[in-house]
Order: sequence, then C-alpha cells, then structure tokens
Amino acid sequence: MPDPMHQFEIKRLVPLEIFGFDASFTNSALFMSIAAVLITLFMVFAMRKGALVPGRLQSVAELSYEFVANMVRDNVGTSGMKYFPFIFTLFMFVLALNMLGMVPYSFTVTSHIIVTFALAAFIFVGVTLIGFWKHGIGFLKFFVPSGVPFLMLPLLVVIEVISYLTRPVSLSVRLFANMMAGHTMLKVFGSFVAALGLLGGWAVLGLMVAFTGLELLVAFLQAYVFAILTCIYLNDALHMH
Amino acid sequence: MEAEAAKLIGAGLASIALIGAGVGIGNIFGSYLQAAIRNPSAAPGQFANLLLGFALAEATGLFGLVVALIILFVF
Repeated sequence: MPDPMHQFEIKRLVPLEIFGFDASFTNSALFMSIAAVLITLFMVFAMRKGALVPGRLQSVAELSYEFVANMVRDNVGTSGMKYFPFIFTLFMFVLALNMLGMVPYSFTVTSHIIVTFALAAFIFVGVTLIGFWKHGIGFLKFFVPSGVPFLMLPLLVVIEVISYLTRPVSLSVRLFANMMAGHTMLKVFGSFVAALGLLGGWAVLGLMVAFTGLELLVAFLQAYVFAILTCIYLNDALHMH
Repeated sequence: MEAEAAKLIGAGLASIALIGAGVGIGNIFGSYLQAAIRNPSAAPGQFANLLLGFALAEATGLFGLVVALIILFVF
C-alpha cells in the first residue's frame, strides 16, 4: 500500500536563504499565499457593487461577515467588536486553508502542527497580553475562582494555571489532528479503491464520496471551532469570568 | 522485543483513547436529540453549542490518535 504520509511532505519550490536561515518558498507558503489572495479578491469583488439588495456573490460575502460578527457579539459582547477584524481574518484564513486542502493534489497547510501552533501561540500570547493590559496585575485574579474554601486554594490555583497554559496546545492539536487524520484516512480509503480495481472498487468509492463530504464538513467545523474558542478566550481576558 | 514491533503495539494501544471520543460524541448528540424532541423550538438556538461540544469531545480522542502517530512516525 502506498504511504499515506507522503502527502504531508514539504517541498521547496523556490530555494532561498536569508542570513543563514532556510527561508525557501515552500508548497506550504504557496497555499497560504493562495488562501490570502483568494479571500482578499473574493471580498473585494463581492462588495464592488455595494447594492442595498445583494446579488448572489455579495450575499455570500455578507453572510460570512454576519456569521463571524454574530459569533463575536454573542461570545465577547459589544465591547469586543473592536477585535472583529482579527477574528474574521482568522476564521476566513483557517477556513480557506482547510478548504484548499480538499482540492485534489493540493497541500493542506493546517495539517502541520507548526502552522497551527504558530496561530494558537499568537492567539494565546495576544489574549494574555490583552488581559494584563486591561486589568493590570489584577488579571491574576482570573486563576482564583470565587467561593473556594481557603485550604483548597493553593491546589486549585495550580490546576487553573495549568489548564490555562494548555489552551494553545489543545487549540493547535485539535485543528492539526483533525486535518492530518482526515487526509490520511482519505488517502488510505483511496488506495483501497485503487487496490480493489474496476470490479470491486464501487462500494468503497461510495464510502469515499460520503467520507469526502464528511471531511468538507469537518474542514468548516474546525475553522468555526478555532474561531469560537478564540472568542471565548478573548472574553475570559476582557471580562474575567 | 525489537523496536518496530514495540512501535506497532504502542500505536495500537494509544488508539484505544478513541473509545472516549466515541462515547463523548454519542453523549453530546444524544442529549441534544433528547432535548430537541422535548422542546423543538429551543433546538436551533443551541445548535452552535452542539457543534462546539462535538469538536471539543472529538479533540480529546484525537489527542490519543496524535500520540499513536508520534509513536509510529517519530520514534
């Protein structure tokens, strides 16, 4: 059976070196660029004709805007709407990367832990800084839940801090594991279809179609969960508990 | 025992964590369906929480799968 892990290999498309660091333009960078350009072109062209009653393309752009705006307003509150551009960019970027990965023969950027960890680390550090900037050193009260008996406090604070520090880990691993496992399974089922050949492959092909549909749903769902958890963490920092 | 055999056994054992994912996801959707049958008009309002809960339950199982893949392909 061919190796299902081969699809995650990074290939250098344009070898570059900056100050001794390997800064080549890889297939990962190519797809990130394609995602960014695609989102920008889509939003610019869709809103070009700013009609009061939207046509089809403008409708899609407005739907995506409202979807993220409602998510931010429900989870962070109206004072959190100033972070809407960031959450919208994050959601559309992760969604575009996930969806581009579903195109045959393409590369799934979010199936690499370093990419998802970089996103999650930036979010974690940024949200923590926002918390300290807004509440000063009083942000540390976030780790002391109210109404706790005094004797249990040391243990509980340690547990709270540890669970706070695992947020970027869980955020990044969730997206990474879903994408990698999904694409590995697609590759394995695909090789089943090929191995069973022209006569026996049809039943597995049906399963493959259904599973690809599920993977499209997972791509959207994981982007949504990434964004909504960012909103929840932002809410924790802005309005502690 | 040679390293290759130990790796395969370790990966198989780590995948047992996915039982938890299955139980958790079934629990979430089961509760949602039960409540939706009782109070259909309140169901769409909680749909977002359903998806969030599903993703969180799935993630915990996938952490186990990640350990299995690390054992197989990193060591």
